[in-house]
Amino acid sequence: MANAEPAVAIRHLSKSYRRGGQKVVVLEDMSFDIQAGDFVALMGPSGSGKSTLLNLIAGIDRPDQGELRIGGIDINVLSESELADWRARHVGFIFQFYNLMPVLTAFENVELPLLLTELNARERREHVQLALDMVGLADRVTHYPSELSGGQQQRVAIARAIISDPTILVADEPTGDLDRVAAEDILALMERLNRELGKTIIMVTHDPQAAQRARSIKHLEKGMLVD
Amino acid sequence: MTIPLFYSLRNLWARKLTTVLTAAGMALVVFVFSAVQMLDTGLRQTLIATGQEDNIHVTRRSSNAEISSIVDRQQAAVIETQPEIALDANGVRLVSKEVVVLITLPKRETGVATNVTTRGIGLQGFALRPQLQIVAGRSFQPGASEVIVGSSIAQRFAGAAIGSQLRFGGREWRVVGHFAAKGSAYDSELWVDADQLQQAFRRNAWSAVVARLADAATLPAVQARLSEDPRLTLDIQSEQRFFEGQSKALSNFISYLGMTLSIIFSIGAMIGATITMYAAVATRTAEIGTLRALGFRRSSILIAFLSEAVFLGLVGGVVGVMFASLMQLVHISTLNWQSFSELAFDFVLTPKIIATSLAFALMMGLLGGFLPAVRAARMAIVDALRAV
Ligand SMILES: Nc1ncnc2c1ncn2[C@@H]1O[C@H](COP(=O)(O)OP(=O)(O)O)[C@@H](O)[C@H]1O
Ligand SMILES: [Mg+2]
Repeated sequence: MANAEPAVAIRHLSKSYRRGGQKVVVLEDMSFDIQAGDFVALMGPSGSGKSTLLNLIAGIDRPDQGELRIGGIDINVLSESELADWRARHVGFIFQFYNLMPVLTAFENVELPLLLTELNARERREHVQLALDMVGLADRVTHYPSELSGGQQQRVAIARAIISDPTILVADEPTGDLDRVAAEDILALMERLNRELGKTIIMVTHDPQAAQRARSIKHLEKGMLVD
Repeated sequence: MTIPLFYSLRNLWARKLTTVLTAAGMALVVFVFSAVQMLDTGLRQTLIATGQEDNIHVTRRSSNAEISSIVDRQQAAVIETQPEIALDANGVRLVSKEVVVLITLPKRETGVATNVTTRGIGLQGFALRPQLQIVAGRSFQPGASEVIVGSSIAQRFAGAAIGSQLRFGGREWRVVGHFAAKGSAYDSELWVDADQLQQAFRRNAWSAVVARLADAATLPAVQARLSEDPRLTLDIQSEQRFFEGQSKALSNFISYLGMTLSIIFSIGAMIGATITMYAAVATRTAEIGTLRALGFRRSSILIAFLSEAVFLGLVGGVVGVMFASLMQLVHISTLNWQSFSELAFDFVLTPKIIATSLAFALMMGLLGGFLPAVRAARMAIVDALRAV
């Protein structure tokens, strides 16, 4: 089981944005590893670059400099379409506002990532049933997002994130829009995914209680790690 | 695999009102587009049905219309004696020397005096037009001032009832029968005895000579021989070609007007579709970002939004064609400028018109949806996701 290769290896990563001709440095020369099976909470004040870092790890944004190896793959060298395929196979996304397609049922939302695989309709149905079962929504398959509570929507989103068995799960403030009870529920589910299924999870949060659920916590301040 | 089509369709369904309004705009354009073609097709079919394939039709060269044509006795005699002309059962040559004049009759509903083509035919005139049938009363007696009336005229004009009198050419003519000619231009004519019409209008020449060829394939040979004859300055065509030519001016007008209207309207409808689709892209920006994050490519996003726009066009197209098909119930009677007389015809819907109208509608959807779909596909994922 023990894999020498870390799930995420970051070396000298830099990212800046241009705003009105002015360069805003968001991440500066950052290096760290995340081991496979870890559950990392990224904490830090608003604007410290947490989301930017998570987006780079998830391959939906490109760094200015530095190296990004996820599951042994250098994602910097991938072309845009290769990167899209890579995300489909290796990254599960959990968003603050769930980001489900309102016109699709819970089942169809969870099935979406599988449309990018070779699985046939019957195999897809089995996978989706299993995933919805795991998040406790087996009886909500035909519901539309608008017919579900926030916590239930986030559980559908988690089912969608794990459906293709990705290398890493990235979650940006997954409980940010939920009440305490629903938030606890979601965190417990994520903890289970990590402990029982060995999922590697990187979660951005500014909620210390949420961070307690993680195995390790990384603090960001002004684009740098402070330990 | 790409984003499933039902994702696009359900989004259209989710914003029903906008979808209906946008599709209605397209439907209107498609309605105009197909109705105009139906009209043009109806006109052509009417005039093509008027001519028989193996009849030749002779008029003065470049006269364009029978009423402005003169074929004198000597010329008519040359035509009559062509060896290719067929004989009837009694061995008589199938030739009809005809006089065509315009008279005015008041329309029944409006009372407006309208030009009506009146044709004086020779004895063989009926044999040459097998599509023509007496449907009420009887035919005129040769030598009598009697008239038979085509079915469109009988319906639309006052004083065309059997037994009534029509006054033209300085005399009274008794209506003795009605005829139907399978929706051809003859349905919009009055027919009388050629000699009587010549006398009434003091003509001593003919307007046209119609004859049946024993073999339609000999037409080029007859045309070649007659066009070399210096005594003749005549146009010799198949009857079908002649009547097809009679539709040209009106047909061109309908086509140009229809195309111009369709193009102008379609610009409006496409702008409507573009605005609708831009709004759809704007409200679904986060969805687009999410789909891209999940691994769907830019091309999938492009196709999903194009499909949505094309389906809008399809709905507009189907509705437009459906309304246009109702136009088949409408009969048109209008002035054909080439013959200066009334001509009745229908809107005719053909599979080709349905196909081109739907293709036109799909194209409007495609063009209207193009820019919004490109915008959707070009978004950067992180920017799109930020728009919650
Ligand atoms: N696309 C962008 N364009 C310009 N500035 C950006 C962009 N994305 C993030 N930033 C800036 O980068 C900094 C870090 O943002 P972010 O990573 O979202 O912070 P956090 O998630 O820690 O609150 C902020 O100052 C933000 O304004
Ligand atoms: Mg953030």
